[in-house]
Amino acid sequence: MTRPMTMAEKILAAHAGLDEVVPGQLIECDLDLVLANDVTAPIAIKTVRQITDKVFDPERVLLVPDHYVPNKDIKSAEQAKIVRDFAREQGVTHFYEVGCMGVEHALLPEQGVVGAGDLIIGADSHTCTYGALGAFSTGVGSTDAGVGMATGKAWFKVPSTILFKINGKLNPGVTGKDIILHIIGMIGVDGALYQAMEFTGDVIANLPMDERLSISNMAIEAGGKAGLIEVDDVTRTYLDGRVERPYTEYRSDPDAEYAQVIEIDGADIVPTVAFPHLPSNTRPVAEARHVKIDQAVIGSCTNGRLDDMRQAAEVLKGRKVHPDVRCIIIPATQKVYRQCMEEGLMDIFLEANCAVSTPTCGPCLGGYMGILAAGERAIATTNRNFVGRMGDPTSEVYLSSPAVAAASAVLGHIGLPEDLD
Amino acid sequence: MQFKGSAHRYGRDIDTDVIIPARYLTTSDPAELAKHCLEDLDTQFVEKVQPGDILVAEENFGCGSSREHAPIAIKAAGVDVVIAKSFARIFYRNAINTGLAIMECPAAVDAIGQGDVVSVDTETGTIVDETTGQTFTAQPFPPFIAEIIEAGGLVNRWKNKLGQQ
Ligand code: SF4
Repeated sequence: MTRPMTMAEKILAAHAGLDEVVPGQLIECDLDLVLANDVTAPIAIKTVRQITDKVFDPERVLLVPDHYVPNKDIKSAEQAKIVRDFAREQGVTHFYEVGCMGVEHALLPEQGVVGAGDLIIGADSHTCTYGALGAFSTGVGSTDAGVGMATGKAWFKVPSTILFKINGKLNPGVTGKDIILHIIGMIGVDGALYQAMEFTGDVIANLPMDERLSISNMAIEAGGKAGLIEVDDVTRTYLDGRVERPYTEYRSDPDAEYAQVIEIDGADIVPTVAFPHLPSNTRPVAEARHVKIDQAVIGSCTNGRLDDMRQAAEVLKGRKVHPDVRCIIIPATQKVYRQCMEEGLMDIFLEANCAVSTPTCGPCLGGYMGILAAGERAIATTNRNFVGRMGDPTSEVYLSSPAVAAASAVLGHIGLPEDLD
Repeated sequence: MQFKGSAHRYGRDIDTDVIIPARYLTTSDPAELAKHCLEDLDTQFVEKVQPGDILVAEENFGCGSSREHAPIAIKAAGVDVVIAKSFARIFYRNAINTGLAIMECPAAVDAIGQGDVVSVDTETGTIVDETTGQTFTAQPFPPFIAEIIEAGGLVNRWKNKLGQQ
């Protein structure tokens, strides 16, 4: 008998060829997938070339230029070109060009690239998103990613796990985004530093996949290494017929040791907004109505999926964006974009005077497509509100769910959908 | 390795967006990145910092994005060592992988004053505030990580390893 383990420990042990691991142990693992984008891949590619001529497996290297594409300027065009040339040279099968592209963490699950039980590193901190599919995936820097692309291996310190048990009945209007903002507000931006987070309970069991992905996406905002959710029927329905490879379900043993178990009553969670300049600086939306906004951004790897678009459209239907607000909507992938058209959401957005963009990270990281001037304020469905994140260092970003961002766009200040009635 | 320089003190949760704002991520050239290091936090930093200086910060240094541009910018700006109470996980890996020396030592962070002259020995983990004469010891690296640092970063460790096969 091996020691009882959490799902994070089991996935790491399996990929290290070990029967068991303990938190704190340093191990070397075989990777299933290695990811980089147009900002991080150019440095990772330099690393690959220092070690080898060939990536370890062209089908397991994922290159998604999404941050500054379609190219923002000449410099970003050069970066994207480095990635494109490398993908061609190496025969990388999962390279996504403009026109097939999407924001990486929305795109890769949608395209069936990521499976349950996978061990994945990505040179992007929100690589933790795939925890929602039962994978252990974590963000690393370009050197780790480059070494991973060259060798198929990475070193890990086995993290201990914090278990979040979320039970009870959610209040109306509370989404996955509100749940994760609530948690980050509780434990702080380093509350899960060097640890894995695991989310369980009835509330999670009843959440659709798109909202689970929003939760896992922001594990890093609490300092977490991964944000895992056990595979259940929702996961299987999502993965089956979509994921290309056989996948493995790992579940935590009932007597697994957790660093901490945090019980949360779903009824305590309300629609939440994170004030500048940390995702942990949370308050109920109901206490933020005094905040006037200049811009609303609905998109990103946190909330740019179809359900997010539907939730925004439900609020915007038959309404107009406030004349003092620019509302920018960015479906996260080509497929989401097309679905928005097919379901008539695009008409709703355009009727409401929103600007709708082709998939890109764009304003989320202050790249382009909606940069803020000095002193301006935005509400955004993105995941970070650090100083200068969306533009001038004196501008401000408030983080919320898509419905709250849409309602705020119409109101001209932060508010709830019911404030519109 | 041994370093000596003046301390520049900052607070907690210094994130990678203020270390190097995304608007400069269209390049990965260290000299370019260095020009904008920490500018959204302290517009004077790049002018003040002298080669060999030391950054001192509270908890969770380097939180946020995985951009390796952050440790690259710090190093290229002239900083040899960052001493913090704790480091965000990805930044910790990136610093080790790219050869930016980091030390975790809450006691030293509490004691070192702005502008104090500090000398460090990364092998022994000794930190001396030369201005006040106080000595501290940082937490030692686990042997596996010390091995990466000794090899001169992760790439060299792999080169050595593959060369031996
Ligand atoms: S959408 Fe924002 S957080 Fe997500 S990968 Fe792009 S820049 Fe990063």
